[in-house]
Amino acid sequence: MLNFMENVESLPVADWVSEFVDLLTDTFAFLFDPIKEGLGNFMDMVTQGLDAIPPVIFIIVIAILAFFMTGKKFGLAIFSIVGLLFIWNQGLWSQLMDTFTLVLTASILCVIIGIPIGILMSKSRIAETIITPILDFMQTMPAFVYLIPAVAFFSIGVVPGIFASLIFATPPTVRFTNLGIRQVSDELVEAADAFGSTGPQKLFKVELPMAKYTIMAGINQTVMLALSMVVIASMIGAPGLGREVLSSLQRAQVGPGFVAGLSIVVLAIIIDRFTQNVYKDRSK
Amino acid sequence: MPIIQVNNLSKVFGKNTKAALQLAESGKTKEEILKETGSTVGVNRASFEVEAGEIFVIMGLSGSGKSTLVRLINRLIEPTTGDVFIEGENLAKMDKKELRRVRREKLSMVFQRFGLFPNRTILQNAEYGLEVQGVDKQERAEKAKKSLELVGLGGYLEQYPGQLSGGMQQRVGLARALANDPEVLLMDEAFSALDPLIRKDMQDELLDLQETMKKTILFITHDLDEALRIGDRIALMKDGNIVQIGTPEEILMNPANSYVEKFVEDVDRAKVLTANQIMKRPETINIDKHGPRVALERMREAGLSSIFVVDSKRTLQGIITADAANEARKNEVTNLSEIIQREVPTVEKDTQLHDLFAVIHDSPVPLAVTENGKLLGIIVRGAVIGALAGEGEVNVNA
Repeated sequence: MLNFMENVESLPVADWVSEFVDLLTDTFAFLFDPIKEGLGNFMDMVTQGLDAIPPVIFIIVIAILAFFMTGKKFGLAIFSIVGLLFIWNQGLWSQLMDTFTLVLTASILCVIIGIPIGILMSKSRIAETIITPILDFMQTMPAFVYLIPAVAFFSIGVVPGIFASLIFATPPTVRFTNLGIRQVSDELVEAADAFGSTGPQKLFKVELPMAKYTIMAGINQTVMLALSMVVIASMIGAPGLGREVLSSLQRAQVGPGFVAGLSIVVLAIIIDRFTQNVYKDRSK
Repeated sequence: MPIIQVNNLSKVFGKNTKAALQLAESGKTKEEILKETGSTVGVNRASFEVEAGEIFVIMGLSGSGKSTLVRLINRLIEPTTGDVFIEGENLAKMDKKELRRVRREKLSMVFQRFGLFPNRTILQNAEYGLEVQGVDKQERAEKAKKSLELVGLGGYLEQYPGQLSGGMQQRVGLARALANDPEVLLMDEAFSALDPLIRKDMQDELLDLQETMKKTILFITHDLDEALRIGDRIALMKDGNIVQIGTPEEILMNPANSYVEKFVEDVDRAKVLTANQIMKRPETINIDKHGPRVALERMREAGLSSIFVVDSKRTLQGIITADAANEARKNEVTNLSEIIQREVPTVEKDTQLHDLFAVIHDSPVPLAVTENGKLLGIIVRGAVIGALAGEGEVNVNA
């Protein structure tokens, strides 16, 4: 009796998903190819542009930005200089630029996609009910799994890496946008309505400005998640620091692996502090 | 025509609205309806009219439905049934676009917690209503400035709400509401978040402003003293029902039921009632026409020991006692002006009862109540005590 499952055939879920992805690949090939081409070219351009900047100048610019963004404090500026000099010294500069491009592009796309979805969720209970479990699914499914359809759609390289990062890193922006707008005090929403605001006026003049710190916290999370995809994306051929970590792993080289890992940590800290400070509420 | 006309306005929160409304109509209480249907009756068939230029106060304790009622009027909350006419237009039946137009042009709201936008400067806050209407930048800045100056905040244009005290923030709220030049101001517990001294200042200032603006104001409060102080008329609410509508005096002196009675029990009548509400019609004689003989005659008829003297324009001249009149008759004096006492204890018609005590306690004659020197009435000691006890003869229509 306890072994009744022996007599039940296993559901062919895996087959269904494979067929579904195949179907998507075939049906939307006309879409995937141009995306791959366009996005790939765009990212090459960005990387080349960044590579063309002499590291010294790049580091100085970052340090100055850091100084002013943190409210004229030296902490982050000094950390940026030391950290970036270290990466340059280790000969990982161009990898750093690759990774930076990947994280930047993925994050921007996440924000462009995530904020409107978050707004939709905040305005419609039905949308919230439908989207929330999808976000849960996106965040809990092991990130490696996304690599498989990513390769199917975009073959290997940096573009499938972006695709996987997108799925993995968008949810926080969506969630925080939704949360931020729903947290705007009832009285302010009432005030906006009572004075005869239209929907878009209420959104852009009241709700989004009031929610911006919460949304920025979400974007910060998104950027960090995108960065955490760097190593995973390198498994399908995305260039950068992640690839160094991966190849060290494959050859069991502790030293180079540690150095590349440390470089990612440095980049992570700089990006994190930057995004935290962009919209920090200094009036408080 | 009344500027606001509310007919049978009801709001039921919950799903079973029809059943809840029927039960409410059959006279069941809020709790009984909640138990039976799972729905809460927020406002039950409220009807009233507000005339232009009137301060109409909706007063009730928390949960009485007063905040819901004010939100039904500008439809921040959708009415379940009923109509709201603003200058003859039915808000309850409007589409969104029409509703927006009415909100922009005719209704402004002031909020309990101010409802200011913390990311906007004071000027930008005051401009908000005009900004959403698409008024051009210069014009709206001008109007907003004017309205900020009106509330005494002309010097704070570039500050942020967080930098101002509560009282000042609510002035900004008021300025924002006035900048649109609306017909109707909805004030939802506008002064309740302020401390008592500031609250009193704001009440005075609102009354001062109202003297010049002549807006129609719908004022929500849970504070009976505030209601009595600023209201031309008051609607008392309990459990979603309006239990009584009337002037402050009517509510105080003729409570519609035991609830209102209990409510007004603790009111300091001395601070609410004024001289003209407890005065009596005076017996007078005319200095230009009558002599001591007529004075004595009238005093005897009315059973008085003194009588007030006026001229043909009813300007108060003084008082004549029975003794003085007797004396004059014996000495064959015919002119009243020779025996008149010019010093008479006099109060203005809007003097509070509270301020009458000191004048009346050592006065041998009744107090004269005047307006611009003209005698309106007299107050005897008994009337003051009677009014304090809530039983005196009160001239509610004065």
